[in-house]
Amino acid sequence: MTKEEKYNLAKWAMNHAIAKGADQARVSISDNKSSDIDVREKKIDTLKEAIQSKLTIYLYVDKKYSAISTNRLNQQELARFIEEGIETTRFLAEDEFRTLPEPELYYKGDGPDLKAIDPGFDSVDAKTKIDMVFNVENEIYKKDERIISITAGYSDGVSSRIMVASNGFEGDTANSYYFLSAQVTVNGGAARPESSDYKSSIAFDQLEKTGIAETALKRALGKIGQTKIDSGKYTMVVENRSVGRILSPVVSALNGSSIQQKNSFMIDKMNQQFGSPKLTLVDDPLIIGGRGSKLFDSEGMAMKKRPIFEQGVLKTYFIDTYYGKKLGMTPNSGETSNVVFETGDKDLDALVKSLKKGILVTGFNGGNCNSSTGDFSYGIEGFLIENGEMVKPVSEMNITGNMYDLWSNLIEVGSDVRLDSSWRIPSLVFANVDFSGM
Amino acid sequence: MSINRRIFLKSSGMVTVGTMLLPPLFQSCSGPNVSLEMQAYLDHFEVTLPMLQKVIAAAMGKGGTYADLFFEHKISNNLGLQDGKVNRAYSNIDYGVGIRVLNGDQTGFAYSETVTMEAMLKAAQTAANIASGTPATGAVNIAETAPANYYAIQKTWEEVSVKDKIPFVQKLNDKVFSMDERIIKVNAFLNDETGYVMLFNSEGTLTYDYRPMVSFGLVTVMQKDGRIENSYVSRSFRQGFEFLNDDIINTLADEGIKQTALKFEATKPKAGEMPVVMGAGGSGILLHEAIGHTFEADFNRKGTSIFADKLGKKVAESFINIIDDGTLPSNRGSINVDDEGVASQKTYLVKDGILNSYIHDRISANYYKIPSTGNGRRESFRYVPIPRMRATYMEAGTATREDIISEVKYGIYVDNFSNGEVKIGAGDFTFFVNTGYLIENGKLTRPIKDINIIGNGPQALADITLAANDYKIDDGTWTCGKDGQSVPVTCGLPSVLVKKLTVGGTNA
Repeated sequence: MTKEEKYNLAKWAMNHAIAKGADQARVSISDNKSSDIDVREKKIDTLKEAIQSKLTIYLYVDKKYSAISTNRLNQQELARFIEEGIETTRFLAEDEFRTLPEPELYYKGDGPDLKAIDPGFDSVDAKTKIDMVFNVENEIYKKDERIISITAGYSDGVSSRIMVASNGFEGDTANSYYFLSAQVTVNGGAARPESSDYKSSIAFDQLEKTGIAETALKRALGKIGQTKIDSGKYTMVVENRSVGRILSPVVSALNGSSIQQKNSFMIDKMNQQFGSPKLTLVDDPLIIGGRGSKLFDSEGMAMKKRPIFEQGVLKTYFIDTYYGKKLGMTPNSGETSNVVFETGDKDLDALVKSLKKGILVTGFNGGNCNSSTGDFSYGIEGFLIENGEMVKPVSEMNITGNMYDLWSNLIEVGSDVRLDSSWRIPSLVFANVDFSGM
Repeated sequence: MSINRRIFLKSSGMVTVGTMLLPPLFQSCSGPNVSLEMQAYLDHFEVTLPMLQKVIAAAMGKGGTYADLFFEHKISNNLGLQDGKVNRAYSNIDYGVGIRVLNGDQTGFAYSETVTMEAMLKAAQTAANIASGTPATGAVNIAETAPANYYAIQKTWEEVSVKDKIPFVQKLNDKVFSMDERIIKVNAFLNDETGYVMLFNSEGTLTYDYRPMVSFGLVTVMQKDGRIENSYVSRSFRQGFEFLNDDIINTLADEGIKQTALKFEATKPKAGEMPVVMGAGGSGILLHEAIGHTFEADFNRKGTSIFADKLGKKVAESFINIIDDGTLPSNRGSINVDDEGVASQKTYLVKDGILNSYIHDRISANYYKIPSTGNGRRESFRYVPIPRMRATYMEAGTATREDIISEVKYGIYVDNFSNGEVKIGAGDFTFFVNTGYLIENGKLTRPIKDINIIGNGPQALADITLAANDYKIDDGTWTCGKDGQSVPVTCGLPSVLVKKLTVGGTNA
């Protein structure tokens, strides 16, 4: 469907819902197209192509609410689907807090071009893609006798969404991605350590196409001989690619739904000290070329830059229309966009060099965080650091503690932000972390 | 009324959202050689046997060695309660056909969300590109396979109005609030799903499956002396509306309150290695993570699993039998046929302590030159099948739970988990313990909570030294993720002693 056809269908669906008794309605149509190529042992292992579309209608009927979605976009079927949806909604309990957003909070179409899509997406031909994956494999193919398996992968996709709401919103977005990866398993005696690396981009020209398999191999070989070491309190360096695991429970705890449902360890903490003064974090939706950039959220509300923590002090919750009404707070979007750390001046090597003794965590393995209390425990792997050197690979250990203590003990923030993620986080150093090993 | 496999969708009356009738445009025009049920599935997806043969021919058009068409229609409904009222409902319809072509162990795959001839042929031609030879000649002979029925139901979800479901969710909320004054929030949900699946492949296999599923549960939030704790409890089965009754409400309410309240009394253990007694039921997560994934034959075919060269070797004490089973009645992990059309089965992974079988799909079974174990599963028609677990459990031993606990001087007892993970090559697996108990001098003492446990698969399997006579399956809403695909599974275990695992905790 063209964009215009999608708008027409969405508006028809919205008007049909209103005509059949809904007080308000929002309709979104999303579609995406993707391809995947995996290569193993000098031949294509899998070749996949996908195209899909989905229509979702949010129904507000007699102060009652439901959402229905389908990938069957035939108008006659949709009409019945909507009618049945409205009938179903009428059986639910009233919920006075359910409405569309206030129109003044909607995005008005006046934002910058976020450069979220590659205009040349359809011009990259299949042979170019396939050659690129083989090149990734070739980088290390038979370069080390310890290699057991290499899987090189390429994927790309483009997705778009149009949205209309009955109190005056219309908007559309589109974005693209390219992704190139390598996964390597090596013979490490009894164990077969594995590792991977990837590069990704919004535009094909920006995709880094070399060094991926070499990095994956180096990381896998580095794991040979992993052991657990003595339990104890250690200084912990967490590599940038893994920090998300310990930051995401904090971000989740700031959601309006978590706060209102009393399922958060951040209740009543606004403007209070949570982390150390090294913790300064913003949510910045308008970065040109940012992976999490967006002009409006899934309700249509305009996105604005928000401080999350300033020198460890909590500055915002993420509030959507519904939980804003329930909490008596002004909605500011229940979603994050680009979560950006204020960086320090040392890269990972320099952070490691500056440590007398500690553990560098390069990967997490399972674990969880209690959403009510912030008590966490995660499996880890990485390296023991002594006198600024990585002296041996470690694994089969856990870190355990509470999110308050952990982030209060943030003592150093690196400079090595990964720009190919919506979470722009550098490597971080925490003091006094409980490790369990032997 | 006992309904074996319902074919036609209800469309009249105040039924649940999502029960769209697909008009049967092609009434019984596929010839006399399929059963009425099979014909109903063909009608449901608006296709005929000649159409299927034509699409398969296109899929095989470049010399692939095998092709299959996987049709799926799934209707999902979710009812939610917050702040005392059933005040939200979500429904989704998903529909399409996945077309897969194999060329040896290479895979080409595309899908279509419409099942017109034109759309299917286009997807078939895309998938066919994995091969580059000449097609075999001759039409496919069709052989219908009637699936077993491991999940007979009495009343389908399509026959039930949302009106009839709401009282059960409301009652769960009210029950919990009536039982304990410390409750401050209840977040309850009821999810039901109805799946229609039809498969046809280049070997002529033609089969179908009707897949119901229900999950019912709640998050309980309690406050005590200014502290807040929560727990999540649920049950899930391949059952119909008959699943809902007072018993299930009482079970969920009791468990939710008990699990949450326990956390107020709990501490963290000492960090380090110690014996771990895994209580019966959900402790089956140990099997799922420690060995289940590493037994999946795609990893072993590629040599990336730590168990890659252990087939036929002793991996556990000789009293240990571990099974992956798709045939348990009404179980969340059961399937009548897998998503490659292979009949479901009960597969011994470990028999008398010997590694007896990997977990196979078609590609890996061909590689090992054995029949598939019926573990080729996919999240939906949008994905290729890969080896996946079903219900994974260990058979009962002869000890008692008390015997096992009394063996431990200092360690922990665990029986309530949220999630786990494994590194296939290194064999390191973990699982997160919501609640459990310290064991001191052979007795359960203080409760513990919120700790991760980590171990190494082959070592942990060898370290199971005792198993009790209290085997049970855990019927929580377990979902297994692999390669970006989620499938429903379950797990089970008798109480066992694992000599040594590394337990998260504090260092004095």
